[in-house]
Amino acid sequence: MNFNKSFRNTFLVILLSLIVSACATKKTSTTVEGQMQGDVYTGTDTVKYLADGVPDRVFFATNESILTTKSRDTLRKQANWLRENSSINVVVEGHADERGTREYNLALGERRANAAKDYLITYGISADRISVISYGKERPVDSGSNPLSWSKNRRSVTVKAN
Amino acid sequence: MIRIFNLFFIIFFLSSAKAYSLIEIDITRGNLDPLPIAVSPLFQDDSSKRNSINELKIENVGSEISLVVENNLKISGLFNPLSKEAFLQKPDIAHLKPRFEDWALIKAQALITGKVTIEDKKLKVEFRLWDILAGREMMALAFTTVPSNWRRVGHIISDKVYERLTGEKGYFDTRIIYVSEEGPKTARVKKLAIMDQDGFNTKYLTLGNELVLTPRFNPTSQMVTYLSYFKNLPRVYLLDIETGTQEVVGDFPGMTFAPRFSPDGKKIIMSFAKDGNSDIYTMDLENRIVERITNHPSIDTSPSYSPDNKFITFNSDRSGFQQIYVMKSDGSNVKRISFGKGLYGTPVWSPRGDLIAFTKLHKGKFYIGVMRTDGSGERLLTENYYQEAPSWSPNGRVLIFYRETKSNDKGEGFSAKLWSIDLTGYNERQVQTETDASDPSWSSLLSN
Repeated sequence: MNFNKSFRNTFLVILLSLIVSACATKKTSTTVEGQMQGDVYTGTDTVKYLADGVPDRVFFATNESILTTKSRDTLRKQANWLRENSSINVVVEGHADERGTREYNLALGERRANAAKDYLITYGISADRISVISYGKERPVDSGSNPLSWSKNRRSVTVKAN
Repeated sequence: MIRIFNLFFIIFFLSSAKAYSLIEIDITRGNLDPLPIAVSPLFQDDSSKRNSINELKIENVGSEISLVVENNLKISGLFNPLSKEAFLQKPDIAHLKPRFEDWALIKAQALITGKVTIEDKKLKVEFRLWDILAGREMMALAFTTVPSNWRRVGHIISDKVYERLTGEKGYFDTRIIYVSEEGPKTARVKKLAIMDQDGFNTKYLTLGNELVLTPRFNPTSQMVTYLSYFKNLPRVYLLDIETGTQEVVGDFPGMTFAPRFSPDGKKIIMSFAKDGNSDIYTMDLENRIVERITNHPSIDTSPSYSPDNKFITFNSDRSGFQQIYVMKSDGSNVKRISFGKGLYGTPVWSPRGDLIAFTKLHKGKFYIGVMRTDGSGERLLTENYYQEAPSWSPNGRVLIFYRETKSNDKGEGFSAKLWSIDLTGYNERQVQTETDASDPSWSSLLSN
């Protein structure tokens, strides 16, 4: 069918453009000297700490809500800290960068916040203690318009709620 | 609150010889040769001028109204209003019977004349549209209203002239609701604002205490729906712009966003996000019944009804990337319609029904474009660093959207402004706002 055909073509185009953009990303990431891996932020510039050694945030690739190895490590630290401080509740804020439409980014921020929340739940934190809020692209931490700034803004941040 | 709809307009036709005009404007193509038109100041006698100063603090409201008309016609891109300095005939004489040779001499093809009186706190305006080449009157109308409505009179005259000369309804007696933005990017203060389509009469509807986004007009009433972070709970609200009363739409245990009215004004359609998944819901404004329209583990958002309420276009990433879909309004028969390169978002159905406007992101550039409702005939109207969220003029000829500029590494140089562009891709222009602005939504025609 025509529909299927054009769908397959599009799929091929997307695949191709993925390959192309993957190459492009590699180039840009070398220019920011170890602060990004792929296009995920790996630096500590904007990171705050919930407690000693417990970073408050994790970072995402463009359009993604998949947790990286480093993100999972951070969230396990958060889960430990939450277990040790059982009276503390948290809000997980999900954020997107400025390079997307406002409404989609609100949904994407919500998806990212929930990815973090779900991981905390997997590590034994009660869902009652974690609420989520998406700010979409409304609350960037870095106001630059460049790949590094955007990578800092694609994040979920765990904030004490009480 | 704000008295938006206090019209008390009485419109009546002056005795006018029905005449078939020779001048006509074709608006279906880009108009690179706008029609030369003379907008004579509307005549006002001395006693009326004194009343005008008392009532409005404006000496010559007739001349001010003609400036409103002139500006509207100019920004439409279809007309070229001629310089008043070249006019040979006085406004009062021209209004009785123009000397067509004089107007032909300055190359005018159409002429607007009129007369204004203010008496007993009433503003009476009459105007005539003349075909200079044919040497006859094309239209004559009179209005009575309260003096404070004088700008609206200018807009209504503009609409009548536009309609007479293009054969389509105008869009000048309309308002834009938008989000006013101030402050640095990292701590932006946003307020709901409303203004006349030409940028005048700006009013702020919220104080900026909480984040507000994406206001949209009800096409049939004075209601607006928008997203507010009141008490840090992002929810869709309904606001009556005349009384200022507002309420949360529905009782959802999570974020609701991307609201829009159905064209009949009876429902709000929006996204509800829960556990990392956004789906589309409607709420009936009469019986408050909530209906789930999509049920898919992807992001479904930015829904917009077709003008006959039968279909919904929306944005989903169920294919892996943001694309545009169309379904029946009960949620059945979902079909993807965007197949070009890049990502597609913010689909919005034209009030004429034949097109869907959208935002497209491709290779780091943002485009505003239109496609047919089956996805064919994609046409990109404008390319920029960042722009999104088109909203249609009520006659479906013009799109308004917002555009952001790139900031440097310190965040300087950022701005957000409203822009408009014709469906033809011509006549792109910035819409003046008092502050930075985003998320514009165009109202229906306020009169008729």
